Amino acid sequence: MSIRSALVPVLAVALAIAVGAVIIALSGSSPVDAYRALIEGSLSDPKSIGRTLEKATPLVMGGLAVAFAFKAGLFNIGGQGQLVVGAIIAGAVGYGISDLPWIIHAPLALLVGALAGAAWGAIPGVLKATRGAHEVITTIMLNFVALNLTDWLASKVWREPGVIVRTPHIEPSAEIPRWGEIPTGFFLAVVAALACWYLLRGTTFGFEIQSVGLNADAARYAGISVRRIFVTTMAISGMLAGLGGAIETNGIVGRYEPGFNAGLGFEGITIALLARTHPLGVIPAAILIGAMQAGGSMMQFKADVQPEITKIIQALILVFVATPIIVRWLLNKREADELSVSSTWGS
Amino acid sequence: MADDAKHRNVLAAIVYRLRWWLVTGALLVAFTLWTGEFHQAQTTAILASTLRHSTPLVLGALCGMLGERSGVINIGIEGQMLMSAWAGFMVASATGDLLIGVLAGVAVGMLMGAVLAGISVGLRGDQIIAGTVLNIAAIGITSFFFTQGRTLPSGKLLPIRLGPLADLPVAGRVLFSNKPITYLTLLLVPVVWFGLFRTTWGLRTRAVGEHPSAAETVGISVVGMRYLNLILGGGIAGLAGAYLSLEAVGSFERGMTNGKGFVALAVMIFGRWNPIGAWGAALLFGYASAVQTQFQFRDWLTSDPQFVGMIPFVVTIVVLAGFVGRARPPASIGQPYSRE
Repeated sequence: MSIRSALVPVLAVALAIAVGAVIIALSGSSPVDAYRALIEGSLSDPKSIGRTLEKATPLVMGGLAVAFAFKAGLFNIGGQGQLVVGAIIAGAVGYGISDLPWIIHAPLALLVGALAGAAWGAIPGVLKATRGAHEVITTIMLNFVALNLTDWLASKVWREPGVIVRTPHIEPSAEIPRWGEIPTGFFLAVVAALACWYLLRGTTFGFEIQSVGLNADAARYAGISVRRIFVTTMAISGMLAGLGGAIETNGIVGRYEPGFNAGLGFEGITIALLARTHPLGVIPAAILIGAMQAGGSMMQFKADVQPEITKIIQALILVFVATPIIVRWLLNKREADELSVSSTWGS
Repeated sequence: MADDAKHRNVLAAIVYRLRWWLVTGALLVAFTLWTGEFHQAQTTAILASTLRHSTPLVLGALCGMLGERSGVINIGIEGQMLMSAWAGFMVASATGDLLIGVLAGVAVGMLMGAVLAGISVGLRGDQIIAGTVLNIAAIGITSFFFTQGRTLPSGKLLPIRLGPLADLPVAGRVLFSNKPITYLTLLLVPVVWFGLFRTTWGLRTRAVGEHPSAAETVGISVVGMRYLNLILGGGIAGLAGAYLSLEAVGSFERGMTNGKGFVALAVMIFGRWNPIGAWGAALLFGYASAVQTQFQFRDWLTSDPQFVGMIPFVVTIVVLAGFVGRARPPASIGQPYSRE
């Protein structure tokens, strides 16, 4: 990513915030107060920065899941399902096993959660490779199945005795510690992003994935097993989302509670697009969206602006990221490098 | 004699081509009769509920189809439906007139279609991103500008009984005493099919979707056709939104589309970009949803309702992977078009 192409998302964010200010003003509130409260709630002190990073952690993982699958030309809308499967399994390992030392228990919970996400993500990969079933449909359907399945597990199998449907709190030995106000899980997400970047840039496997994404027929002709790439890419993508859910359970929430992380998987699509599907770009994109989520309640409290305005700003950011003509005009560039993720819809 | 044999072969070929639909249909009929134990009332209830569940799905699928047949992916159907459900409800609530509410829903759907076209065709942005924009914007706008506690002064849309036809056993209640948007949907399926495959507009739409530069050389405006189809499709998705808030529920709730726009996308691909096929797929999905109620009625799996809730989605996956297999979309889909 050159400096110039990094300018595109930055400009897009600036434009979107400007348009958002107009909308806030039109709805009768002060945009200055609103944005001040938003920043105060998300970036002003260690505590709010910690909250922003808490929100950003699963978003990095969800964004990576979508971005990674895009590289093989696959559109994984199933991040939500993979995330909740990983989250509940990690929670079960976290509370179900006792008397393990921390050094084994915490990584074990994350690993099992990530593997559960990988298994859930591999299903659409296998269905596409063997039966030609479109991953967009199967991942959406599996989201709903996962939602029901985790609901059932939380309310029947691993339920904490009591009125609230949720799993018991995990053992202290399974917790990912905090570093002051900063959740350590965030650094795991950063490591995952670096690993994805290296895998795609520096390995043969990554080269094969990108070849399939650019042109599946040419890749097949070159001797790459497209089916194997479909299955492994979907499994890795699901693993990233599942790990995101596991980090959230064991590092932030402490247990699995149905509905607690609803919609996180879909935010992954926004973040991957904002990052222009670059694994490292996912990190700032997730911090931005995480900050909006963290500061939203402060904005409502102090400036009486509904936090949903941040959704409108997100949509505006995407518009400006997605439309090369506007940015080209702003940058006075003749050719903006265009972002395309939809070229492999049908293959 | 020879002619007769030829006719028989053609018939056999048609039956063979439709074999999976016929097998599926036969199984569903058998299952309905079995669960209903030949009780007419229950069979009727299942079939009527099937039709109700299928309505927003088939409308959403028709919206997606018009876009994709002309070469534009629309993953923003969910957002279009949500915005229209909200706009329809707000307008109907303010004016007290349901018809104006429905029209407002359709108009907002068309507006959303125009926005999608503006980003993806006019500005040549990425189509998947454009659709995602619609989805996120719809969630943001509908909750930012939604005021709790509004109601519909006139109630929701009421069923219209089609004279003596409505008194027929089973079919009367299933087909001839429905609410207005359901009738309109039953009408739209053949109309869109006819439009796509038997009119100049349809031929041009498909040409633009398969080979835009060839279409342009014979004088068809690629950009114009894509705008037209996305706006028309948006109107149909708007109807689906109005169905949800004004016909099915009678109020608006945040995020009330609950994934229906995405399921509609599945229904469209499942129906192989064909209105009749999509209708069949929507009915199958609607049937799987309707059976859930039957399970509750029969006291099956009531202690684990989550498994019943999975049925429609598992059925879709199984049928897709087992019977349908690879579906082929229009050739030029997903690529922004620019004249060289």
